[in-house]
Amino acid sequence: MSKVVTRYGDGTPVEMSADDIRRDLEEGTEDAADRGNIPALTSEELDHLFDIFSSPHRFIGVEPGREVVLSYDGSPIKMLRAQVNVDRLQCLQIYEKLLGADTLEMGHMDYSFKPIKPIVTYEQPLMEQVLSVTTAPVFYGAMPNLGLYSQPDGPFPNPSELIPEGKIEAAMQSYEAAVEDAVRDIVYVSGAMHEAGADAVILDTVGAAGDADFLAGLKATAILKEKYPGICVELGMAGEFVLGMHGGLTWEGERLAGLYAHQQVKLAQKAGVTIFGPVCNTNTSESTPWNMARAITFMKACCEAADIPVHVNMGMGVGGMTVNDHPPLDVASRASKAMVEICRLDGL
Amino acid sequence: MGMAVTHAIASGMGGMRAAGDLVARMQISRGMKIDAAKAYVAEKLKVSVSDLTDPIIMTEVREDLKLGLLHPHAGTPKCMEAKFNMAELLGIDINCVNRFKEAVSL
Repeated sequence: MSKVVTRYGDGTPVEMSADDIRRDLEEGTEDAADRGNIPALTSEELDHLFDIFSSPHRFIGVEPGREVVLSYDGSPIKMLRAQVNVDRLQCLQIYEKLLGADTLEMGHMDYSFKPIKPIVTYEQPLMEQVLSVTTAPVFYGAMPNLGLYSQPDGPFPNPSELIPEGKIEAAMQSYEAAVEDAVRDIVYVSGAMHEAGADAVILDTVGAAGDADFLAGLKATAILKEKYPGICVELGMAGEFVLGMHGGLTWEGERLAGLYAHQQVKLAQKAGVTIFGPVCNTNTSESTPWNMARAITFMKACCEAADIPVHVNMGMGVGGMTVNDHPPLDVASRASKAMVEICRLDGL
Repeated sequence: MGMAVTHAIASGMGGMRAAGDLVARMQISRGMKIDAAKAYVAEKLKVSVSDLTDPIIMTEVREDLKLGLLHPHAGTPKCMEAKFNMAELLGIDINCVNRFKEAVSL
C-alpha cells in the first residue's frame, strides 16, 4: 500500500505508511483506555478506522441510515467572525435553509450567561421573532464561564492569584461563592429564554473553569428542570475530564474533579440534562488517526453509559478534529464518519 | 462555518431538506435516542426510516403533511404554521406553539 496522506492535530499534512497508521490507532486508543480506565477499541473497530483513514477519497460520509442529528454552539458568532454581515435572525435562516442544519442555536456575541442577564429582555423578543420565521428547533446557548465571577471581572477574589500565594482555603471559598452567583444567572437567563419560547437551552463549554464550573451547570440544570419540567437542557462540556481547580466539590455525593465523559454523563442525566455533549481534546502534535482512536474510545464509553441522547462535540480542536477555524475536509469528514459509526451516538 | 457544512454533509440528517428537524424534536421533547427517534418519526410520517434522509421523498411528504418546505410555495404552511402541524402529528408539545396559542387565546 502506498503512503496515506493524513494530518497532525494542528492540521499540518503528513504522509504515513500503513504500519504507522495502525500503530497510531493502537496507541491512541490505549492512551484513552489507560487514562479513563475504560475498554480500548476492539480489533474490528481499529480495522474500521484503518479503512476510513486509508480511503483514497477526499471526502467521505456515514453509511446511509447512520445519519445523526446535529446541534450547534455559537452559530451566529461564527458568521460574525467571518464578517458576514447578517443579523442573528438571518444567520439562523441561513443555517436552516442553506446549511442543512437539523437544529438552530441563537447565542449572543458575548456568549456567557453573566453579561446576557442585564440584556435578556432584548434577547427574548428576538427569540420570539426567530421562532416565527424558522421551522427547525431553536436552542439558546451560553456558557457558565465562571472566570467572569472573579476579580477584576467579577466580585470574588481571583483563585488564580490566591493559589500561587498559598491561600488555598480562600481560593476554594471564592470558587464556592462564584458557583452560587453563576447558578442564579444561568437559571435567570435560561428561564427567560424558555419563557420566550425557545425549544431548548444549551449550557455550553461547561467545566471550562474546572469543577466549580461543572457544579454550576449541574445545579442550574436541576433547578431549571424543577421549575420547568418540560424544558430541554443540552449540556456541552469544555474538556475531556473535569479539572480539579477547587478539588473538593461534590454533587449528589460524587466528587467532580477528575471525572471523564462516561462518568460526567451519569451526573448530567441525574441532574435532568436532556442531551449531553462530551468532549475529547485534540493533541496538536499527534496524528489524526491517533487523535481519532483516542477520542472515539472516550466517546464510545460515554455513549454506552448514557441513557440520554449524546451529541459529541466535534468542533475546532475537539473530538479528533484539527485545531483550525477552517477544518480540512479530508480529515474532518473522516472524523465525522468514524465517530458516528463506531460510537453509535445520537448526534454531533 | 466549514465545520457545520462538513458534518451536515458527512453525517447530518439534512435538516428541513429531509426530516432532521423532526427527529431532533423527538430528542428535545422526549429525550429519545437516535434509533428510537427515527423509528417514531418514520411511523408517524408513514415512511421507512431510510426515507427520513431522502430530500426527494421528504419534500413530498412534508408538502402533503404541511410540515414546512425548504422552498415554500404561496399558501403552503410555513414556520409557526408548520410547527402547529408538527406538534399535532408527532404528538408533542412545542414550546413556541403553546405560547402562540396562549397569545392569541386559542
